[in-house]
Amino acid sequence: MFDEDHLVAISALQHWLYCPRQCALIHVERAWEENKFTAQGRVMHERAHEGPNESRPGIRITRGLPVRSLGLGLSGQCDVVEFHTDGRVVPVEYKRGKPKAHRADEVQLCAQALCLEEMLGGAIEGGCLYYGERRRRTPVNFDHELRDLVTVTASSVRECLTTGTTPPAEYEPRRCDACSLIELCQPRSLRFRRGAAAWFQQRLRAAMATDVNADPGDS
Amino acid sequence: MKKHLNTLFVTMEGAYLRKDGAAVEIRHDGESKLRVPLHNLEGIACFGWDIGASASLIAACAEAGVAISFHNPHGKFMAATRGYTSGNVLLRREQYRRADHEPAAVAIAANMLAAKLSNSRQVMMRAARDHGDKSATRAFALSQAADFLAVRIGLLGRATSLDSLRGIEGDAAAAYFAAFPHLLVNHDPAIAITGRSRRPPLDPVNALLSFLYSLLMHDCRSALESCGLDPQCGFLHRDRPGRPSLALDLMEEFRSFLADRVALTLFNRRQLTATDFRTEESGAVLLKDDSRKAVLVAWQERKQDEITHPFLDETVTVGMLPQLQARLLARHLRGDLDAYPAFLSK
Repeated sequence: MFDEDHLVAISALQHWLYCPRQCALIHVERAWEENKFTAQGRVMHERAHEGPNESRPGIRITRGLPVRSLGLGLSGQCDVVEFHTDGRVVPVEYKRGKPKAHRADEVQLCAQALCLEEMLGGAIEGGCLYYGERRRRTPVNFDHELRDLVTVTASSVRECLTTGTTPPAEYEPRRCDACSLIELCQPRSLRFRRGAAAWFQQRLRAAMATDVNADPGDS
Repeated sequence: MKKHLNTLFVTMEGAYLRKDGAAVEIRHDGESKLRVPLHNLEGIACFGWDIGASASLIAACAEAGVAISFHNPHGKFMAATRGYTSGNVLLRREQYRRADHEPAAVAIAANMLAAKLSNSRQVMMRAARDHGDKSATRAFALSQAADFLAVRIGLLGRATSLDSLRGIEGDAAAAYFAAFPHLLVNHDPAIAITGRSRRPPLDPVNALLSFLYSLLMHDCRSALESCGLDPQCGFLHRDRPGRPSLALDLMEEFRSFLADRVALTLFNRRQLTATDFRTEESGAVLLKDDSRKAVLVAWQERKQDEITHPFLDETVTVGMLPQLQARLLARHLRGDLDAYPAFLSK
């Protein structure tokens, strides 16, 4: 059991599965830069949390519900949780884009469900991801595989945050070019990871070699 | 996506800055003088004894990452407003550990100074190329000084203490400023420079350099703050309460490349002349209030120039350099890079 002071943000699991270094930059280095994608996502979440809790026949809807699990050591917020009169509890997470190849969104949703299970004391079988681009819900089944992935990811993230280490960058154009932290991360510069010292000395020697008559071009 | 944005310079005594929606409004004598959206700005620098800002503007600027700084009318930095300390406490702890561990501090400071000397040397060689043919004396003096700096760069690489680095840097700076008159080509005896004087500046060149260095310091300090480093804890410059030692460290590699070149351009193109300065009874020389604007315009224009960053191999504006180098320093402290790759101009 973890105590309340040592809970890991559920959003960190999602960041970790996208890129462990991004997770460390946000949650260890406390870096944040907004780009078009994150701004759209933020607006979308603000909208999802807006508005009063409401009741419809057979269903009660709660927005922006804070949740935690001391067993997993996680805490976070659910965009929307539906409480059905038949006893079903269905978390719904709003996402800007579309379903992705990695399982980060499903893990985030399942982590919320595991928190709700601990707090409410019942089983939650599934939830929904609402994707803004296709404007419809994708059902997610919380099977054993997904639940295990939440647990494993949570412990990886916890280890990273506890040791305070930031993993090295590996430049992957498709992932990195869409990342708002690319300029803070500078993944391309890390081709010099073990060679910044050598680079500097070599460059300095080259600068020394230019003399008055050489034309090194404009700077 | 950090953009290179503008700095708003406020030089009007009695001006009051307030928040107007998502913009800053400058008021004077009960009249609105200017409105600028905050998202177009990266900093607001106020020059004067009687310029104020509302708390709501300060809060909005802290939120938007816009630095507000206050300088006296001569450009001397006095104070800056900021929000809560942000960023990574682990980064700052590592910064303090390295600052306390002399070999680690020497390694970082030596690269910063090597870059400073190399960049100064490039400025001199550039002048020798462009103007050396007009005077054999000038060409000789500049190449002598360039050779002197080259030897000093070699010594920096072998230094094992901060004091020896400071000694080498002092010799190099003296040689650089001794050769500085040869960088000026407009032959006006009224703006001759004799060595570096700061407190107070004793000639127009020194007065202008001091003003430009204060602008550069503002940018370096903001850059360090925004990537979570403590601008007060330096590697080369010793801690002294109130002194932004790390900002002074970071400035070193940019002094000649950014500030000195702007000063030389302004004098050599006669955009500034002796009439832009006034001399006090004590001999102190000050840039006239009305002439500051030309300097600020030249400074902003210089910051828009594009170069290829030598280490990152990306096209960047020179105004972004303090930001980029501060991030590289943070990356080195966090263990991503095995050395601090200080900025080396071509």
